[in-house]
Amino acid sequence: MATAATTTHSGSPGDPPEPSYLTVKRGFRNWIVTLDHKRIGVMYLIGITTSFLLGGVFALLVRTELFLPGSQLVNEQQYNQLFTLHGAVMVFLVIIPGLPAALGNFSLPIVLGAPDVAFPRLNLFSFYLWCTGAALLLLSLIINAADTGWTFYTPYSTTTGTAVVPAVGGAFVLGFSSIFTGLNFIVTIHKFKPKGMGWFQMPLNLWGIYSTALLQVLATPVLGITLLLLLVERIGRIGIFDPALGGDPVLFQHFFWFYSHPAVYIMILPAMAVMSDLITTFSHKHIFGYRFIAYSSIGLASLSFLVWGHHMFVSGQSRLAGMVFSALTFTVAIPSAIKVFNWVATLYKADIRLQTPMLYALAFILLFTIGGLTGVFLGALNVDVHLHDSYFVVAHFHYVMMGSALIAFLGALHYWWPKMFGRMFNERVGQVCAILIFIGFNTTFLPQFVLGSRGMARRYFDYDPEFTSFHQVSTVGAFLMGITLVVSFGNLVYSLFRGKRAPRNPWGGSTMEWQAPSPPPLYNFYAHEQPVLYPIYDYSDLYWDETEGGYVRRPGAKPEAEGYEP
Amino acid sequence: MLQYLLTFVVLAQPASGPGAEAEKPATSEAQPADKAAGDKPAAGAAGETKPGDDKAAAPAAATGNPCDKNAPRPTNKPKKTLPPVGPRTDVQSENYWMPVANSDMAEHVDGLFIAILAISIFCFVGITIAVVYFAWKYRSRPGHRAPESSSHNDTLEITWTIIPSIVCVIIFLLGWKGFVDLNTPPKHAYEITIVAEKWKWSYKYPNGWVDENLHVPVGEPVRLIMRSKDVLHSFWVPSFRVKQDVIPNRYTKIWFEAKYPGVYRQYCAEYCGDRHSFMKSLVVVHPPGGFKRYMEEAEAALLDMPPVELGEYLYAARGCNQCHSVDGSAKTGPSWKGIFGETHATSAGQVKVDENYIRESILDPTAKVRTGFNAVMPTFKGQLKDEQIDGLITYIKCLK
Repeated sequence: MATAATTTHSGSPGDPPEPSYLTVKRGFRNWIVTLDHKRIGVMYLIGITTSFLLGGVFALLVRTELFLPGSQLVNEQQYNQLFTLHGAVMVFLVIIPGLPAALGNFSLPIVLGAPDVAFPRLNLFSFYLWCTGAALLLLSLIINAADTGWTFYTPYSTTTGTAVVPAVGGAFVLGFSSIFTGLNFIVTIHKFKPKGMGWFQMPLNLWGIYSTALLQVLATPVLGITLLLLLVERIGRIGIFDPALGGDPVLFQHFFWFYSHPAVYIMILPAMAVMSDLITTFSHKHIFGYRFIAYSSIGLASLSFLVWGHHMFVSGQSRLAGMVFSALTFTVAIPSAIKVFNWVATLYKADIRLQTPMLYALAFILLFTIGGLTGVFLGALNVDVHLHDSYFVVAHFHYVMMGSALIAFLGALHYWWPKMFGRMFNERVGQVCAILIFIGFNTTFLPQFVLGSRGMARRYFDYDPEFTSFHQVSTVGAFLMGITLVVSFGNLVYSLFRGKRAPRNPWGGSTMEWQAPSPPPLYNFYAHEQPVLYPIYDYSDLYWDETEGGYVRRPGAKPEAEGYEP
Repeated sequence: MLQYLLTFVVLAQPASGPGAEAEKPATSEAQPADKAAGDKPAAGAAGETKPGDDKAAAPAAATGNPCDKNAPRPTNKPKKTLPPVGPRTDVQSENYWMPVANSDMAEHVDGLFIAILAISIFCFVGITIAVVYFAWKYRSRPGHRAPESSSHNDTLEITWTIIPSIVCVIIFLLGWKGFVDLNTPPKHAYEITIVAEKWKWSYKYPNGWVDENLHVPVGEPVRLIMRSKDVLHSFWVPSFRVKQDVIPNRYTKIWFEAKYPGVYRQYCAEYCGDRHSFMKSLVVVHPPGGFKRYMEEAEAALLDMPPVELGEYLYAARGCNQCHSVDGSAKTGPSWKGIFGETHATSAGQVKVDENYIRESILDPTAKVRTGFNAVMPTFKGQLKDEQIDGLITYIKCLK
């Protein structure tokens, strides 16, 4: 009987009745043609982590160059190439696919109690598109790296002599990877949602993945056609954006931000979603305001399509448009605020374990709050006129994209690491790293708010001497963060060889993936013990079991419904 | 043509460092020569081909070949220079967050900025205290269990939806009001044209003077009409809290009214390539009367140029180059190359192009229109001084 099987855990982690997905078919060739969502997730994870380290190296080179005014390491053009590569790699290769494609791929079917995603082949195809896009970006780097900034603004991008075509082509291909992943996840959630799991019994993580997937499918095609038009103009000299050819450069910005603003939510929605799950798990308490968090995800996804013009208040768009976009922008603040308040309320009267993923989650709450509040400055029209294209904006979006999205990625990675590889990382090292990354991050980016409001423009190779001290603090913080990130990845990798074996449920999670073995077998659950659907976020039956070394359900816990039967 | 200005304007440019001033005379002489080489036969070569100058080829400069722009000036006539731009006055600000606020609009921006900052700090500190306090108070420990508590509360949800909404509406309205002010220049604002290109700003004044810094009077509204020659740029003066993208093939506008005299930094804020971070200039706010004086001095400095230089400068600065080429190709109007001394058919019969014909064509362009061209040129009567017309005539003479 299913209930008995999952609660008694007859097979100890060391003696699985079926081989895990990691060992079921060994060999490089079996990995690269795998259709298993977990293996694809792991391959994404390797690719994304590598890209993250590469993008981080670019960032440190940029920060080193900015330690003093004038040239330190590189010349102007190399500097422009560095920040372009940093931005393009981090946005297109790391943050956008990070949570949905890597960790979402791994967790989504297991959370649903399903054996795989709806279209496993499409899933593998998405991954190879990601690889192709990454290769094209790398090609640009090798030929003569693009120096346009990750935004590819025309007419600079259609006239510069650097290798813009492969970079834009890379972003174009990565867009398709994103669209197919989103499509796959939408269908998976609709079709594989187990019996008894209504929309409002879904873990909030799934709400986030679902609203993200909607954005990926609806917004990314606009990026695709925009980049295609850019290529047509650059290669075919057909005037679309370049005024020298009869085009309109501001049109490009409209097209670009019509995708890239929703893209901000492609980055942050899954982060918020994962954080919701982490906070409730480590608080050992039902999430506060479930429906409001779920609705606010959908609300953010919808509103994100209506605010792209707030990137363009000084671009020359009409004053009326500026006014409308500013008003709409403030509506985005509300669902974000609702989420933060609900997370804090979840901590109230909880039973909080400050383990590594939870430290990342708490860091996420604070950093996202700063990122969100500084967005209010930028939404106010006349304040934005001053702050636009300054370091204030740089700091703001790093708080959202790195401080929130990437911190959430790190938290989620530590959260699911035992499930992915069946090993526990060193908890103490993980905690110290989480705290140091939080400190390093704030040291890097808090001074940039002051820099920006005082008049430091972004994408500057050289700067006036009065800005020097703030830049130096920022650079020191960046190195602290960079070193700590390497240590925390080292901690994870080390655990693969020396880590303690992970139990099924090391954190006391209530969702279905914690009923699966760590690491799960090929079809996620042993054939003889199908998962059981318990009431969502109900921790009353979960208790720590010393012999298991993890959390188990009290025998006789009442399931909400029968699980999904493949 | 801006290179010529370097001869006259000695600038305290922190970007180029103190050594730059010493270098400037050298560059200002080298660059016109380069430019001349590109546009037409080099000045020296042109002088040699002139039949009358053959015998005085080498000492021509000393004796004053009118076409030789490298000719040393008479030592008894000091070069007119404009007063140097003083050190920046916007570095020390009383406001920790913002540079010196130099307009009412800037003060409005600062007020709203500080208000949002106060709200943000209040929210952030509140949330931080709550997170830290809960994390400590409800930390997991032996014997501790999560006390019974509700997992939803509609009153609370509605409260923390409504209150931020009201705050947001107020902030939006204040920001909007400031934005409307920022985009509504007074009717009689003084207009300056700005041309942005990789990687410099040119400030063009109504009298034809082109400066590499923005000079404005204190206490008078100034409106800037901006265009770009190549890619996107953005005009930003932090002390005025104004910023506007500058776009090719389209005019964008911005205005401000400076409250205090001084020297303020201007930046390019939209990424434009290699030397983006060097594309900056200074805004000089002149005390009462100072701006008029500066403009007069600028005009005097213009007239002090050797006539051929003045002519070439005016050719570009006054837009002659829109219709007249100097390379022989016909545009809307006839090319100036080699035209002097030629005889052409005009609407008033055959006319020899001499000093009087050029003067007449500038002041009364429709009197004798060359055959094959339309009478579309506007008159420059009252817009050019005699010395400036002399300069144009000399320049045309030298275009062999």
